[in-house]
Amino acid sequence: MKAKKIFWTLIAPVAAIVISFIFVSIILLFKHANPFSTFQLIFSYGFQPGNIVAELNQTIAYYLAGIAAAIGFKMLLFNIGIDGQYRLAIFFAAVVGGSTHLPSFLEIPLIVITAMVVGAAWASIAGYLKVKKNISEVISNIMLNAIASGIIIYLLQPGRLGTKGPHSDNLATPTIPKSGWMPTISMFGGQLYTFGIVAIAVGVIYWIILNKTVFGFNLRATGLSFRAARASGVNAPRMVFITMAISGAIAGLTGVGECLSETHNYSLAFPEGYALTGLALALLGRNNPIGVAFAAFFWAFLERAAPILDLNGIPNEIVLMMEGTIILATVASYEVVKRINKRQQQKLVGSAQITNVESKVTKESAV
Amino acid sequence: MSNLKTNPIVRILRSPSRTALAWVGMIVLISLVREFTGVNDITSAGAMEATIRFTIPILMAALGGLWAERSGIINIGLEGFMIFGTWFGAWFGFLFGPWIGLLSALLAGGIIALLHAFLTVRIGIDQAVSGLAINLLAAGSARYLAGVFFTGRPNGSIQVSPPINSISQFTVHGLSPFLSHIAEKHILIISDVAGILAGIVTGVNWVSLMLFLLLPFSAWILWHTKYGLRMRFCGENPVAAESLGINVYRTRFIAVCVSGAIAALGGAYLAIVSTGNYLEGQTNGRGYIGLAAVIFGNWQPSGILAGSFLFGLTDALRVRQSTSVHALLILVVVLTAAYGLTKIKKKDWKGLITNFVISGLVLAYFLINSRVPDEFVTFFPYLTTLIVLAFLSQRLRPPAMAGAPYHKGEESGV
Repeated sequence: MKAKKIFWTLIAPVAAIVISFIFVSIILLFKHANPFSTFQLIFSYGFQPGNIVAELNQTIAYYLAGIAAAIGFKMLLFNIGIDGQYRLAIFFAAVVGGSTHLPSFLEIPLIVITAMVVGAAWASIAGYLKVKKNISEVISNIMLNAIASGIIIYLLQPGRLGTKGPHSDNLATPTIPKSGWMPTISMFGGQLYTFGIVAIAVGVIYWIILNKTVFGFNLRATGLSFRAARASGVNAPRMVFITMAISGAIAGLTGVGECLSETHNYSLAFPEGYALTGLALALLGRNNPIGVAFAAFFWAFLERAAPILDLNGIPNEIVLMMEGTIILATVASYEVVKRINKRQQQKLVGSAQITNVESKVTKESAV
Repeated sequence: MSNLKTNPIVRILRSPSRTALAWVGMIVLISLVREFTGVNDITSAGAMEATIRFTIPILMAALGGLWAERSGIINIGLEGFMIFGTWFGAWFGFLFGPWIGLLSALLAGGIIALLHAFLTVRIGIDQAVSGLAINLLAAGSARYLAGVFFTGRPNGSIQVSPPINSISQFTVHGLSPFLSHIAEKHILIISDVAGILAGIVTGVNWVSLMLFLLLPFSAWILWHTKYGLRMRFCGENPVAAESLGINVYRTRFIAVCVSGAIAALGGAYLAIVSTGNYLEGQTNGRGYIGLAAVIFGNWQPSGILAGSFLFGLTDALRVRQSTSVHALLILVVVLTAAYGLTKIKKKDWKGLITNFVISGLVLAYFLINSRVPDEFVTFFPYLTTLIVLAFLSQRLRPPAMAGAPYHKGEESGV
């Protein structure tokens, strides 16, 4: 029974990855490239020791974005606003970090908490609109993402909160003092962010809260059926609002590792598009903290390996297309699997009822 | 229900004559603003031309959104379809001329939309996931295809396509110089109307005209044909529609395909008419703005025209002269104050005060600053939509089942 359950859990993501590999292979064949040697190239380059550290660092950010999305999904909330939440959060965290000079044990928590608070605050706008005004969080978050970009670009101008670097024209926030830098671990010739510990902690807390607390139970119940949860005394609208804020707080952590251990400031070079990635990873990992971790590493791996393709005459955009197909194929295969399972269950129930009726009939005829 | 009847905005949008009156009122207001601030560019022929150029792509995206959402499918992939449209329009436009470019964008958009339709209608996956994945797929594909097809061509690279032959334009002779002449005199209202008309009749692009006509055409199909009635029915209550013998799957498939095709046309317009070649990232979020225009316009054709026009206008004014946007703040001041006054009749004192405070704050901003920062203008459409959503959400009437998956033979859950 357990083996069967694992089979049904894994079949969807595996099918999705296979489908997308086939799709990319077809594109590669059009381009007269050998799919097998291309994939081999991706794998051998991606697993080079020098790249693994960079991939792990990227995994930390993706993982946090994935968990932020997953906690929303548990409540049927589609937090497409992770992008805006994360960028606004890391921007303000970098500003706060750059303008304070505290000892490390205060400075680092200050920056991290600022990021979480800003992320939560920005997300709670969407949460408020959802609960009080019944506005889809997808629409309001798309708008909020665009507004966040505008606010950051406005505030990043020299003379407001940003400065121009001494050697470059890139706008950035002032550099965070050394006491706010987070140490890194040297391995394989790379620098691994210690912020990974926070990411792991977030994963563990996520699992505990969801599975071992009343709050987590209420959250899952509200996600399964808003009306039923409400009828049984859960303050469902409040749960929606809180979940959105928590999701935003975790989203706020997404960029902190990079900021504290590498760039030590915020600039427009910080990547965009974490929302879509986070949602994709949560879907791929089935909102499971370990599943999301694998998915995040896979994503980071693909993206790190992409540039090698260009050097071999294959456009690296196929990685983007592969990601798109993986998302679509994952969701589609989950839906198909869900329906197959449902049909099986119905059959099971149906046949059980028939045997019940039959046994009754035989009993009655015996009497 | 009483809200719907008493709301002045809804009442105005209800009847065509009142809608026309509202547009006239807007023109009078804008011309007063121009007179008061002395920013003559607001109603110049050039600004109007630019506004049309910026409005059409947004309008196409919004129309695409309207078709899909009225049938019950939310199409967040509009941006992606526009991106596909820019590439197909540019490549086939370069090979066979602009008209073939538009046509192939139309077809490509419709065919790619089959994917969105299949995933959301038949399989029933989350419509937002599908739409977002299509956006990702479109960005990747366009870059990939541009790299394969455009590089090595004259003036072509992975980011730019070779130039497309421009589409013939026509100017209404006699009328255009005459109107422009009046417009330059800056007489209150008369010059403004002349300027706007001059912008409309000067250098008219056949494509702009044809694409614009898609709006009344769609409105006619959706509200005055049997097919349109069925389609809107599928968006409101698919279970009931199915029980009356309407094929919900097929209806939604068609609607989503039309949606993708129209959005792709908007993208092709950007490549062929606005710039004359494909530029990477030239859609620049217009698909999302189109989505916003649908909400802003309360899922009504006249409303989405107003929304697209407003967003197109701010875009155009930003590009031409940012002081114009600053002048338009006065418009916001007057309109919020006027909306506040309508609350007196309902004795909604809180609403009155809120509107007056907003109006006062905007006025204060207008008086203190001499221009609006460009960064704010870029997110103006998004902010407007968010505010409209927040304040008028009770009065908005989206299709009841837009976004909810529907499986034949099952009650669709909310």
